[in-house]
Amino acid sequence: MSVQFDNRSQRILRPVKPGFIAVTILVALVLNMLPWRNIAGIPDWVALALVFWCVREPRRIGIGLAWLLGIVMDAANSALFGQHALAYSALAFASIALSRRMLWFPLWPQAVHVLVLLLASQLLMLAVRLFTGAAFPGFLYFAGSVIAAALWPLVTIVLLIPQTLPDSMDENRPI
Amino acid sequence: MDTTPPPFFNRGPAPLVRLTFFGLLAVLLMVLDARFQYTEPLRQVIALVAYPLQQAALAPVRVARATFDYFTSKSALEREIDELRARHLQVAKDLVTLEALAAENAQLRRLMEAREKWQRKSTLAEILYAGRDPFARRVVIDKGSSHGVRPGLAVIDELGVVGQVTRVHPMLSEVTLITDKNQAIPVQVVRNGLRAVAFGSGDGETLDLRFMAANADVQNGDLLVTSGIDGTYPQGLPVARVARIERDAAYVFAKISLVPAAGTDRYRHVLVLSQDSLLPPPPPEAETDKDRPSKMKRPRVRRDA
Repeated sequence: MSVQFDNRSQRILRPVKPGFIAVTILVALVLNMLPWRNIAGIPDWVALALVFWCVREPRRIGIGLAWLLGIVMDAANSALFGQHALAYSALAFASIALSRRMLWFPLWPQAVHVLVLLLASQLLMLAVRLFTGAAFPGFLYFAGSVIAAALWPLVTIVLLIPQTLPDSMDENRPI
Repeated sequence: MDTTPPPFFNRGPAPLVRLTFFGLLAVLLMVLDARFQYTEPLRQVIALVAYPLQQAALAPVRVARATFDYFTSKSALEREIDELRARHLQVAKDLVTLEALAAENAQLRRLMEAREKWQRKSTLAEILYAGRDPFARRVVIDKGSSHGVRPGLAVIDELGVVGQVTRVHPMLSEVTLITDKNQAIPVQVVRNGLRAVAFGSGDGETLDLRFMAANADVQNGDLLVTSGIDGTYPQGLPVARVARIERDAAYVFAKISLVPAAGTDRYRHVLVLSQDSLLPPPPPEAETDKDRPSKMKRPRVRRDA
């Protein structure tokens, strides 16, 4: 039975370890804090991790955690305080709302869903910053979301490794 | 009768309720930050929590830089030493003249009983990374309030003004570059002493000289230096060079683009100028208020008569 990363698969995933979720989110935070020097097209790793866990584990990861992560990103980036918090809260809400639908699609259509979600959250941040008098940073600002969405299949495969690895392999068992 | 569901169905408030709550909280924070700047203490605390994460993220970059520096080839180093020696000679000549001039200047000032305007001290800092906020031009340097950096200090490199310290953490501080859209710097044209204010244009590479009359005496290639009348930037630091002027009779102001003199995106090391202004304090507000009504009154009387 092949591993499939959507609900059509007959294979049952092992339950996720909360520690693993915490580690992936910490890694995403560190990745976001790497000195990227404003290169356009660098994905927002925290947003990507957030969408992933909101879609996969909507009962564990929610809007409150998204808000907290947003506040940390605001403080670390010295952005307008609350900008990422608002965008991530909305992103988490939309991901949770879409989670039951998204997982019935194969990986690439899932990535299209993710693209729309990430672009919408970026648009929200753009609107807030333009409202407070910042300059428009150019359309390359959205490149990060496109690349993040393109990475979605890879991220899904990598982050599900602990849940797809069985203790002992058995072809006739759905786990 | 107890009608509440058993606890294993209880999942707390509905998602929409949570979104509304956290969304409103975020909007409240944004208003407090943008309008009133009340959120600084909270930001400081969270930045302190995020500091170890940032250090963890910077560690591989530091290692890579150190390795690169270590393996810089011998010929490259020799070439750099030769260049530096040549520059040193040139600068030494200037320095001798400068010392003589400074002594002469000090003596003249004593004669005129004028006070020194500035007492300068500088802190060398390294640019750690550029801020990830694409809406603003900021860099983070490795000196903070524990090194005596305060908000408002000018930051320069070897070619001119880089920006101004806008936020200080214990170990780091943020410098807003002069190319930021909201960063204003008072300047003076070297050629004729014309004063103006330069603003970042928002594209991250150039500055605009705003509110200059269409017939103002500004030419392509003019060097602009800090005028020093704001009490923030010391006088005479190179800021930018005029790159393009558009004079259109349809507009009151000329559109003047400037290219910054300093390598705002290039260098790793900058100087933070910590200075104590020795200028006399500005006159108290009451006096200026007293002057203004008397000036305003005169035309009103005339109009009544």
